[in-house]
Amino acid sequence: MRRFILIAVPYIWLLALFLVPFLIVFKIALSDTALARPPYLPQFDWATGLGAFLAELDFENFVFLTSDALYWKAYLSSLQIAVIATLITLLVGYPIAYAMTRAPEAWRPTLMMLIILPFWTSFLIRIYAWMGILSQEGFLNQFLLWTGVISAPLTILNTNVAVYIGIVYTYLPFMILPIYAALDRLDGSLIEAAEDLGCSRLSAFWLVTIPLSKNGIVAGSFLVFIPTLGEFVIPSLLGGSGTLMIGKVLWEEFFSNRDWPVAAAVAVVLLVILIVPIVLFQRNQQKQAEAEA
Amino acid sequence: MQTEVFAPWDDPDQKPLIRFKSVKKQFGDFTAIQDLSLDIFEKEFFALLGPSGCGKTTMMRMLAGFETPTSGSIELAGQDIGSVPPNKRSVNMMFQSYALFPHLSIWENIAFGLKRSKMPKGEIEARVEEMLRLTRLEKFKARKPHQISGGQRQRVALARSLAKAPKLLLLDEPLAALDKKLRQDTQFELMDIQEKTGTTFVIVTHDQEEAMTVASRVAVMDEGRLMQVSTPATIYEAPNSVYVADFIGEVNILSGHAKPAGDGLYAVTWADGQPPVIAASNTPYSDGQQVHLAIRPEKVAISEAKPDAENAVEGKVLDIAYLGNLSTYHIALAGGQIIKAQTANTQRISRRSFTWEDTVWLSWTPTAGVLLDQ
Ligand SMILES: Nc1ncnc2c1ncn2[C@@H]1O[C@H](COP(=O)(O)OP(=O)(O)OP(=O)(O)O)[C@@H](O)[C@H]1O
Ligand SMILES: [Mg+2]
Repeated sequence: MRRFILIAVPYIWLLALFLVPFLIVFKIALSDTALARPPYLPQFDWATGLGAFLAELDFENFVFLTSDALYWKAYLSSLQIAVIATLITLLVGYPIAYAMTRAPEAWRPTLMMLIILPFWTSFLIRIYAWMGILSQEGFLNQFLLWTGVISAPLTILNTNVAVYIGIVYTYLPFMILPIYAALDRLDGSLIEAAEDLGCSRLSAFWLVTIPLSKNGIVAGSFLVFIPTLGEFVIPSLLGGSGTLMIGKVLWEEFFSNRDWPVAAAVAVVLLVILIVPIVLFQRNQQKQAEAEA
Repeated sequence: MQTEVFAPWDDPDQKPLIRFKSVKKQFGDFTAIQDLSLDIFEKEFFALLGPSGCGKTTMMRMLAGFETPTSGSIELAGQDIGSVPPNKRSVNMMFQSYALFPHLSIWENIAFGLKRSKMPKGEIEARVEEMLRLTRLEKFKARKPHQISGGQRQRVALARSLAKAPKLLLLDEPLAALDKKLRQDTQFELMDIQEKTGTTFVIVTHDQEEAMTVASRVAVMDEGRLMQVSTPATIYEAPNSVYVADFIGEVNILSGHAKPAGDGLYAVTWADGQPPVIAASNTPYSDGQQVHLAIRPEKVAISEAKPDAENAVEGKVLDIAYLGNLSTYHIALAGGQIIKAQTANTQRISRRSFTWEDTVWLSWTPTAGVLLDQ
């Protein structure tokens, strides 16, 4: 009985916090818009019964998504931005994680704190701060003008560059922490053994350090990629009119068009796309757990 | 035809392969190696022996290039290797912790060093197969290190360090995890490899029997210092200090004062109420000098009646340790000292002549023990 409860708790949790909301969204995706409150039909009515209710649901909205190029372009562009942003985050995060494992033992807690510190202020405020840094009269431009590197201010805010900066900045800790954990576990004598067997520092890094931190790299990449794909705040605050991301489209459908059923269909498709990396991520975690056992 | 004895260390014209020149190594303010000078010659099988923490691994790591001496220098084939990085030294090391690559199969682990050299693919394969055969790992070549036993891992580490046929091979406790039978086989294998390839071996071991079996010379270390460097036979029969005598094998120590008795003989008064024992020594001692007589248990004879010998003492059997081929008797003397005597069991157990509480006589010749002043 106790075991049953122990197993049941996470499942009830999943059911309440994931499956139920998902089913509600899915139901909205199958409905039609209406000038009503809430703005869609049908609503379940005890009088007409379940049959009449189900008969009014259809896949119209999903068909609609394929008819307008905006949607698949937004999905593709989101994928592209997410992939590129993940790669940049990896390239920035790996050296930081590596440097942390090389730092003297006494410094490490402090360095770890510095990585986690940004989480203690509101995400929104931090993104607003970036607007102040990246705008035409922002700190970055003023600094570059002052040093004389540029003679006219650069347009960074409201471009994809600003979006990349925002994403890399926001999700960097999610990349650094799993890589740091993997590198920290790495036995230093393995690097010595590689050097002893004829590797230079660089090839030892390439042949031993990188493969042995692979799980950390994979975990970090997914932790960045998955939320980035549906990211809404960063592209809407830092991006421009040319920045096309599915999160932004979703928001506009919901709040500007008040077309909840289409917005719900967009969300459902996004979730389906995300299932692939989520499953891969889970598998990576499992493999890692097995390797350590 | 006389076979030449392998003893390059006795030949002043021989150039050593490795030369430690007053090497000192400090970690912070802790001195791990103090002012150590040592020559190791080509084709030697050199064993480092000493208690845990005495600096054996540190010496190996300096040879492999992972540590640099705080002062002094290390030469390999006449060249100072202080600034040569580990991957440029023709030295391979078998790590005490094995350091096998967990993401590579056994086969790939052994091939790792070969692939770094510009060896053709076919030759690499042949060499790896040869190493697998030598260490009897053919069956496991496709497995990952975490899928094999501790002893098998040790053999992989050995195969990996042997594969490149280095000029100098460093083995840090290579056989500690093997069972006795496999360890003996591997010891002979190692000696065989050494003979075939002419590689110079430096081996760290905690097992003095192993050091005696495989080594051309043995260095006994203590707290970062070399206590004695000599052939196994010399270390055993003529240790230069009580520390070395005690570290290698079992020994009885009788401490007392020497009195020259002529002809290189000394009478040692070692206990009140006991006649002095007579011992021969090449090292001269002055009258009344403090000395220690170290005598191995197997050189002490045990008999029922008082024997006709220069040194004979009476005692009582306190304990008998039966070791199969040997028996060690612990004999308590009148003054309370305990002396160990060992006899070979050439007869079946039922015929054993002494038992607990028997009064027996111990005897030995003047040349059976060594006189030591420290
Ligand atoms: N990196 C280091 N920093 C500080 N002290 C060290 C370091 N490496 C070794 N030591 C110290 O140097 C001494 C010698 O260590 P070493 O590893 O050479 O011992 P060992 O003879 O190989 O011992 P064992 O038989 O247990 O392997 C030890 O007291 C050890 O604590
Ligand atoms: Mg050691």
